[in-house]
Amino acid sequence: MDIATNFEAIVRGDKEIFPPYLYEAYQSTRLRAPRQPLVEIPLTISELTGPGPYISRVAPEDADLTRNSGTGGEAIGQRIIVTGRVLDENGRPIPNTLLEVWQANASGRYFHERDQWPGPLDPNFIGMGRCLTNEQGEYRFLTVRPGAYPWKNHTNAWRPAHIHFSVFGPNMLSRLVTQMYFTDDPLHNLDPIMSSVPAGKAREHLIAAYDHNVTEEEWALGYRWDIVLGGAGATPFENEAAKTKEAKEVKSR
Amino acid sequence: MSKLPLTSSSTVGPFFSIGLLTKDMMRPALAGPETEGEPIRIEGRVLVGAGEPVVDALLEIWQANASGCYNHPAGQTTGTLDPNFSGFGRTGTAKDGSFWFETIKPGPVPFEGETLQAPHINLTIFSRGLLNHLATRLYFEDEAATASDPVLQKVPAERRSTLLARQDTGATGSGGKTVYRFNIIMQGEGETAFFNL
Ligand SMILES: [Fe+3]
Repeated sequence: MDIATNFEAIVRGDKEIFPPYLYEAYQSTRLRAPRQPLVEIPLTISELTGPGPYISRVAPEDADLTRNSGTGGEAIGQRIIVTGRVLDENGRPIPNTLLEVWQANASGRYFHERDQWPGPLDPNFIGMGRCLTNEQGEYRFLTVRPGAYPWKNHTNAWRPAHIHFSVFGPNMLSRLVTQMYFTDDPLHNLDPIMSSVPAGKAREHLIAAYDHNVTEEEWALGYRWDIVLGGAGATPFENEAAKTKEAKEVKSR
Repeated sequence: MSKLPLTSSSTVGPFFSIGLLTKDMMRPALAGPETEGEPIRIEGRVLVGAGEPVVDALLEIWQANASGCYNHPAGQTTGTLDPNFSGFGRTGTAKDGSFWFETIKPGPVPFEGETLQAPHINLTIFSRGLLNHLATRLYFEDEAATASDPVLQKVPAERRSTLLARQDTGATGSGGKTVYRFNIIMQGEGETAFFNL
């Protein structure tokens, strides 16, 4: 299997960190990657705002994937806590931002009509969770460890265990959808989706660390994973906009 | 202080609806009868170059309200907030690649100094096979300001039309809404111009 990065491909942002759109070892990119260069545009109020903290009411039970199926029953599998912080590139926490996660069950099957491989479904696990970060930028989910699952990308292709994460952050530049992986998984180096991330360090950053301080006695294993979002760099235009707003506020007092 | 390295991006895969189109987050209709502004309906399809529909794309839109104000702390330099409008919409494509949003036409928002941008809707596309999302804008072909918009000017002239939504005079949405057509072509012939964001 050829899993070399195509360095000629169209890339968004830092080309060490972000995968190229076209990454041939991941077959679905061949028909969907744009072929024309991305257009550089000036950052305006449209890019420096975004649907951050306002978009959804989140209930505490949304963060417990072991019990949110609506059946009243508890999901089967190794119970895990996944926690960490959402930070900007300066290390500042991003509070009150929405995280959405989805994952396969303990046997590696998604609760989705298009997932048809013969892994058993768990009626008490739908695999959806949501939470807001707190004032310190911290999030926390209780779930079960997802299983690996087969896909049809190449012969005997199996995705390593992972949890999908969607995060908004403060503006359009901070929007991120990514996947979190687990330590010591022999499938990492065989996975084109993981290999599409060019730099080894950036790939390592996607792997949650086992954290015994997060582990709870007679309850659940603990994993820690921090997420760093872009878009914190202030631009002259952003400062100008903030100043105008301050001036307005002063006037209206 | 040294910067922290950013977390890399990945595809939403084929099963994102479990996590992203659930509860109140399936949101093709952004505006209700109380929302201020001109109600519009946007209809389109997500396609690849050969005309094949993309049956599993996720679309998000983000826009200013009718007075040109974004529902965000940095977005209220002009206009006023509308309590009946969040500015955020999300939907998935159907089996034929089609999607729709019902919203209001956004007002013009500031560019630099006194200049304004033409009314536009910010659009983000996710799908299986997209390791990073795609970002673009929808402009209105029938707005006089569109042709001279400072951001649209950055798009190569021959590709600008890919960002223009066209009024469909043969169709009306519910409640007599103006219907705009806007297709997204992810790859190939007529490929939509996407931004490096
Ligand atoms: Fe997955």
